[in-house]
Amino acid sequence: MRFYYLILAVFIAGGVCAYSQNTISGSVTTAKNTPLDGAHIHIEQLHAVSNPDGTYALHNVPSGQHRVVVSFIGFKSLDTLVTISGPMRFNAVLKPESEQLQEVVLTENNAIPKNTIHEEKLKTETIEKYSNASLGDALKEIAGVYSLKTGSTIVKPVINGLHSSRVPIISNNVRMEDQQWGTEHAPNLDINSAGKISVIKGANALQYGGDAIGGLVLVEPVSVLKDTLFGKTIINAASNGRGGSISSSLHQGAEKGWAWNAAGTCKYFGDRQSPDYVLSNTGNREGNFAGDLKYIGDTYDVTASYSLYDATIGIAKATHIGSVSDLVRAINSGQPAVIEPFTYNISSPKQEVIHHLAKVNFTKHFNDNSSLSVQYAFQHNSRKEFDIRRGQFANKPALDLTLVTHSAQADWKKEIDRLTLKTGANVSAQDNNASPDTNIRPLIPNYNKFDAGAYGIASYALSDSFTAEAGLRYDFSKMDASKYYQKSRWTSLGYDGVYDKFIVADAGTQWLTAPEFTFHNVSASLGIRKQLNNNYQLLVNAGLAMRNPNPSELFSDGLHHSNATIELGNLGIQKEKAYKLSATLLKTSGSFTFEATPYINSINNFIYLSPTTIEYTIRGAFPVYQYKQANTLMTGLDLHTNWKIDDHWQHSFTGAYIYGQNKTDNLPLIDMPPLNIVNTIRYTKEKWHSLYLELRSEAIFKQTRYPNNNFSVDLPVDGQLVSTMVDISTPPKGYQLVHFGSGMSFKTSENTGLAVNFSVLNIFNTQYRDYLNRQRLYTDDLGRNFQLQLKFNY
Amino acid sequence: MKNLRISALALVTIVTFSSCSNDDTATIVNEEEVITTVTATFTPTAGGTPITLTSRDLDGDGPDAPIVTVSGSFTAGAAYNGTVGFLNELTNPAGVITDEVHEEGDQHQIFFRQTGLGSFTYKDQDVNGHPIGLQFGYTAATTPITENLTLTLRHQPDKYAEGVSGGNIANAGGGTDAEVVFPVTVQ
Repeated sequence: MRFYYLILAVFIAGGVCAYSQNTISGSVTTAKNTPLDGAHIHIEQLHAVSNPDGTYALHNVPSGQHRVVVSFIGFKSLDTLVTISGPMRFNAVLKPESEQLQEVVLTENNAIPKNTIHEEKLKTETIEKYSNASLGDALKEIAGVYSLKTGSTIVKPVINGLHSSRVPIISNNVRMEDQQWGTEHAPNLDINSAGKISVIKGANALQYGGDAIGGLVLVEPVSVLKDTLFGKTIINAASNGRGGSISSSLHQGAEKGWAWNAAGTCKYFGDRQSPDYVLSNTGNREGNFAGDLKYIGDTYDVTASYSLYDATIGIAKATHIGSVSDLVRAINSGQPAVIEPFTYNISSPKQEVIHHLAKVNFTKHFNDNSSLSVQYAFQHNSRKEFDIRRGQFANKPALDLTLVTHSAQADWKKEIDRLTLKTGANVSAQDNNASPDTNIRPLIPNYNKFDAGAYGIASYALSDSFTAEAGLRYDFSKMDASKYYQKSRWTSLGYDGVYDKFIVADAGTQWLTAPEFTFHNVSASLGIRKQLNNNYQLLVNAGLAMRNPNPSELFSDGLHHSNATIELGNLGIQKEKAYKLSATLLKTSGSFTFEATPYINSINNFIYLSPTTIEYTIRGAFPVYQYKQANTLMTGLDLHTNWKIDDHWQHSFTGAYIYGQNKTDNLPLIDMPPLNIVNTIRYTKEKWHSLYLELRSEAIFKQTRYPNNNFSVDLPVDGQLVSTMVDISTPPKGYQLVHFGSGMSFKTSENTGLAVNFSVLNIFNTQYRDYLNRQRLYTDDLGRNFQLQLKFNY
Repeated sequence: MKNLRISALALVTIVTFSSCSNDDTATIVNEEEVITTVTATFTPTAGGTPITLTSRDLDGDGPDAPIVTVSGSFTAGAAYNGTVGFLNELTNPAGVITDEVHEEGDQHQIFFRQTGLGSFTYKDQDVNGHPIGLQFGYTAATTPITENLTLTLRHQPDKYAEGVSGGNIANAGGGTDAEVVFPVTVQ
């Protein structure tokens, strides 16, 4: 639209004598053609205010190229360059501010976004593709994001080699508190409730926290500011698992007044299948709901939202082992110990998780281009992990944790010309309760945690093509725990004489302790964004982040059945300090676009599990893994390219490589994602009902850099004790998977449509195991999967 | 603006105070499922003092290793009636896990692995006619020998797999609930 007026202005200039002073007039309206009364129009020093009918006139505007800014409370300012050589009409159509903490201010012409953080977003099509899968599965499509899996239903995002506590998930502006310290705890989030999913690599988005050493996953619900009612229903059916899901959502958007969203999802799957056998007890069920109600007023909006996530996840029976003898059998046989016929039944071992999230948010917009947002959120997470148990305990969970979190935050944002200021503070109180009714010593003890933080971020547009940003954050954290330690364990960990101050009572064979920790953390970030020319953009970000040890790293004390190891935390673990430098080169226009992100992440006191010794119990021998700290270096490259070959054909490439080294011990770092390369070729024909056909090849190379944590243990073989090597370190061989996708959309009426998508995952039924799948020692990964998806839009 | 500031502060205060209550001290957990003690008692069929093999790990999954004791040596060529008992000595009175193993007999099997010590036979059956191993027979080898006897309790083994019901652990599968190696002498 701007361009058209520019051309018009040039034509007029050619035909009319150039007047040195001109009158610029027009109207200021919304996209719905509602006039904006009192909008400000600035041309250099000149200023006008629009009338109630939206019209304005600015007189004596000199000819030449000028910056024009049109602004109105609650709407994105229009900031553009216009060449004036005669009287002209300039109509401004303003778009509403759509998010609380808006990161990107998209403007026309030369002005670039006023932030330096590169947010990688998933397209809606991608989110819908994974409707019957999980958030972790969808995120893997972003370069540099891998998956840490336990089977195929528990999937956690790994950003540049880091995961779990190092990658917080922010859902609907609330930091999720859902026991993410566990490597086999998937995010408790329904992917169908997401309208927008983006990944920020590195801890530069300081308004969300100072400990996101790996990065952040931002999940936002659908938000539409047009007065419409619309919805969609997605039905999925998959052959692998012989199940499917239904997800339905309805949205009432509004520019002013009431708006609401409601979404629900149901999933039902039975045992999954590898190419050669059934993966017994890998079914899962899910029932989720998300809803919110919003009132948009003249200068403020209020939102209340609630979401529920309820899942039962079966864990492959073949992974339940009693001791190292079982582990050796599993590793050496190459076949799972338990293969039963397909069933929808889910028995132990399994997880039952319920997560409630409720929040209230009030945002007020002020006349001076600033806004203040105040929010309260409540989360209740209940996690029950069931194991194969004997007798009366058969149906009792082995772990029963209830985590309750209250959080409140206030965020203030102001835009003054070229400067954007963001500042805010947050507090949260958390309580974890481990039920003793399991009759098993809890893996994680009872604890209370209190966190408070404050941040300030300033971005300054030094020119239309260069923005710089700096941020600083302070966090305070205090944790009080209550835990029984066996006296033998307390002594073996070396706590005698060191942590006696934590001992509260003597209970015969155990000590009752009350460990207490206080942390003060500072995090900072610096970034620049430069538009190199019309096609290229360069972003450089440097950040300092600090992460406190999580309850698992401090207090773990017991046998982890799913991998037959004894895991021990350490009360002396220090916080991690990470220094990250990353650069992103973007080519955003033309038929060939790309995104390349090299990065270096140096983490001091990096916390990881390392095997130390073997312990013997009645069940036999168990390797003991203890949490240790080391200085590490992670560096790598994420690359994504997209080539629009012609109107029909498109190719895209996604690749990531990471080099991880434990500098303290001069060894490769454990569990680093291997080199992965994905090539996709896509054919589209709009005329045939938007037909698309896609072939995707995923090549995962063997990870050749890994620490050798193999150990030998004396195991009884035919009555003799034989020294046996337990190979838990060697990564599986590399593999390549080919996937096929296709879809067509039909318009069933003026406002409704139906899309049919048919896809085949792992077309060649390739047998493979993945290095970052915790079940790789026991079973193969998934075989071929035919999926059909029906999507109704209305 | 002032109202907002006040309400923001109020929110912060509420949350701060709600965290002050610290009333969730841990409760001691009754670990009723742990097997701390495995006892195999061999009573000579001809009469005489029974020989007891015991393994005791009183800190459960803790760092202390089990203490294995063998009360005496077996007589070459002699026949014995054997019983196996499992106890949880972490609770007072000690939990008799043997009863639970017996009740869920079809989900448990005890295996005796050794070379050269003699022969073991099962003397009990579960509801499906498969052996459990809580009662067994042992005939000592005729040649004196000192060897290791491995006693294993498997939970949910596949008793229908080849050789399992005869005492061969190779195809049994399941999870190991107890495994003890006893140094045994036949003289």
